[in-house]
Amino acid sequence: MDVLALSRLQFAITTMFHFIFVPLTLGLSILVAAMETRYVLTGNEIYKGMAKFWGKLFLINFALGVVTGITLEFQFGMNWAEYSRYVGDIFGAPLAIEATVAFFLESVFIGVWAFGWNKVSKGVHCLSIWLVALATNLSALWILLANAWMQHPVGYVLRNGRAEMVDFVALLTNPFGLLKFGHQLTSAFTVAGFFVMGISAWHLLRQGNRPFFKASFSMAAVFALLASIGVALIGDLHAADVAKTQPAKFAAMEAVWDNCTNAPLHLLAFPDEKNQCNLVSEFPIPGMLSLLAFRDSDAQVRGLNSFPKDERPPVLPVFLSFRLMVGLGTYLILMAALAVLFSSRGILERYPRFLTLLVWTIPLPYIANQLGWIVSEVGRQPWIVYGVMKTSDAVSKAISVPQVLGSLIGFTLLYALLGFVDIYLLTKFARKGPEGLFTPGADPVVDEELILVPAGAAGK
Amino acid sequence: MDLHITWFVLWGVLWAVYFMLDGFVLGAGMLHRVLGKSDEERRVIINTFGPVWDGNEVWLVTAGGATFAAFPTTYALMFSYLYTPLLLLLFGLIVRGVSFEFRGKEEGRLWRGSWDWAIVFSSFIPALLFGVAFGNIFAGLPMDKDGYHGSLVYLLNPYGIVSGLLFVLLFLEHGALYIAVKTTGELSRKAEAAAGKLWIPLLLVAVGFLGFTNFATKLYDNYLAAPALAVVPLTAVVALLAVRVCLAQGRTLSAFTASCVTILGVVLTGVIGLFPNLIPSSLDPLHSLTIYNSSSSDYTLRIMTVVAFIFVPIVIVYKTWVYRIFRGRVTAEAVALDHEAY
Repeated sequence: MDVLALSRLQFAITTMFHFIFVPLTLGLSILVAAMETRYVLTGNEIYKGMAKFWGKLFLINFALGVVTGITLEFQFGMNWAEYSRYVGDIFGAPLAIEATVAFFLESVFIGVWAFGWNKVSKGVHCLSIWLVALATNLSALWILLANAWMQHPVGYVLRNGRAEMVDFVALLTNPFGLLKFGHQLTSAFTVAGFFVMGISAWHLLRQGNRPFFKASFSMAAVFALLASIGVALIGDLHAADVAKTQPAKFAAMEAVWDNCTNAPLHLLAFPDEKNQCNLVSEFPIPGMLSLLAFRDSDAQVRGLNSFPKDERPPVLPVFLSFRLMVGLGTYLILMAALAVLFSSRGILERYPRFLTLLVWTIPLPYIANQLGWIVSEVGRQPWIVYGVMKTSDAVSKAISVPQVLGSLIGFTLLYALLGFVDIYLLTKFARKGPEGLFTPGADPVVDEELILVPAGAAGK
Repeated sequence: MDLHITWFVLWGVLWAVYFMLDGFVLGAGMLHRVLGKSDEERRVIINTFGPVWDGNEVWLVTAGGATFAAFPTTYALMFSYLYTPLLLLLFGLIVRGVSFEFRGKEEGRLWRGSWDWAIVFSSFIPALLFGVAFGNIFAGLPMDKDGYHGSLVYLLNPYGIVSGLLFVLLFLEHGALYIAVKTTGELSRKAEAAAGKLWIPLLLVAVGFLGFTNFATKLYDNYLAAPALAVVPLTAVVALLAVRVCLAQGRTLSAFTASCVTILGVVLTGVIGLFPNLIPSSLDPLHSLTIYNSSSSDYTLRIMTVVAFIFVPIVIVYKTWVYRIFRGRVTAEAVALDHEAY
């Protein structure tokens, strides 16, 4: 492999590894903040316990997210110097703003939150986790605006041998970025919702601390349901925008080879890249693809064959990732809806198989998130900046194969070790439960309120 | 004022503040195993910077981000030329961060002992490599129209090594003083004594560095051209001497403050000497990366200036507030009672 291939592989590994931790941070920060807010408002110790228990898992996950994040900022310069030089004028700004506006806020207040239980008032403590939640989600906005510029470049001119920013507001209001932000945020919230539900389900199956995990579960279920529906709704808008802005990616997502008006959506399809057609395309829904893409069942969908061969993304990974992501998203909406139904009626424990399934569902939203990014990034190829710069022109000139091979091996080993320890510790503290983190029963009225609907109502 | 100069100043200040703040964490990390004899003492040391280390490290991320946004060509070439040292530095910072988080999460001696060693190495390597990298930047990198002609071995030239040693000793001194200020009893006294002992080698290396700089770099040219600027290196020297005076009087907090000023002074001394270069070329001044030939457009610099002038003061306000909240000394009893402590 050459420097380009190795650098791409390294970027993929380090980014995907980093992205194991990001969605949970985005979503769980909000859930923990909501739990602590209930504690501050009601004075009920169980919510303090919830903030502490889920907060502990949050912090372990957060640490990994922080340290693996620095790699990404460094890598733009280390491996993608030509890219950084060419687009730094417009791409560097959102990264620098992300650090100044979001990373400081996040890193400073996570310290207050983790170490400040006895140092600041209840209100200030609760405010600090809200600030962390705000900051992490704000950092997502900035990095997604930066990514959106690579997908759909706006507000620039090519001048002085590089891309220069001429319209900052266009960068900030890039519709591609705002849709992606919405899609990503709701996807991240879905991860967090299923994380909390899955672990709660594990404890409920073992009769561990029922009021605690029922209360956690019901909050997470509502959160996951709203989020997973949001993922689909915003995802639909996002895909329609991709059809307009990145027709080649859209064609790969749906494995469309030839230009087609009134394009059908094939429920079953499988692309054959070599022969530039589909091996299988069955069960068409007439006009559906045109309708989804352009809100008009007669609209023309561009096929891959209308693009020069060297401007087409790899079709199979994009197509499969997209299908799988949509499938998982649909499954997650169903699961979240059932979870809300059962938990709001207080009959969760009547369905141990459902609870077991929820435990096994924990990794699925993570996978869906990664698949979405495969669609987004592989689907953008061969461009690093869509229509402006090819990935092959972006790699650093000053680095050699042994250097990048060495770093790739180094990252892989280090990250494998960290991933192993992370999973070990998360499992350990998730299983341990909240005992010792708070004094239960300080407020006896509470337990009744926790079973959201009184026991009698459940039987009706 | 010329925006290029504004951003040059901001660039220098970001690095200087980063080294001042992360310097004590790196130093305390290198020392925690030697000064902390028991697990209890080591935990106390780690918890002295527990609430703030992450926020300190963000100054590095911001310095990197500012380089990218304001001087993209410098960012691109510096990071790709210094690929291997930056990689090792990254590994160091990654391991350090997770070690703080992981160490206290298991009881076993093997577990904690391993993370302790990880903390020592992952603090030492970045400290050394930052020094080596900055020393080489001060001296200039071997670059011309064909690109970069250096390597990791090249960077370990005598001046690079002296700079690396200077950074390590500056941070050790800084870390020892921080521990002395932030802990109580025997541990604090040990740290104070260590700061006293470290001061002599630090002074020797600092003097050696200042002398060597005259031969290895062109940093002093700017001071000869504008002697008033010499106030910065003079402040650094006075502050370094003040560290010793304060220590002799048992005023550890003043000594720590003086150490902060020393680090700011040393970094800014180098940065001022670089002007208007960001990275001089040791082969051909025509290929030096300057604040003019490697910068972003005026439009981008204007946007970034507005952002910096609004948000950096806000950051300073809340960071100061947080340092006030956690201003007290950390004790073993408090750490033992705190579920959330490292």
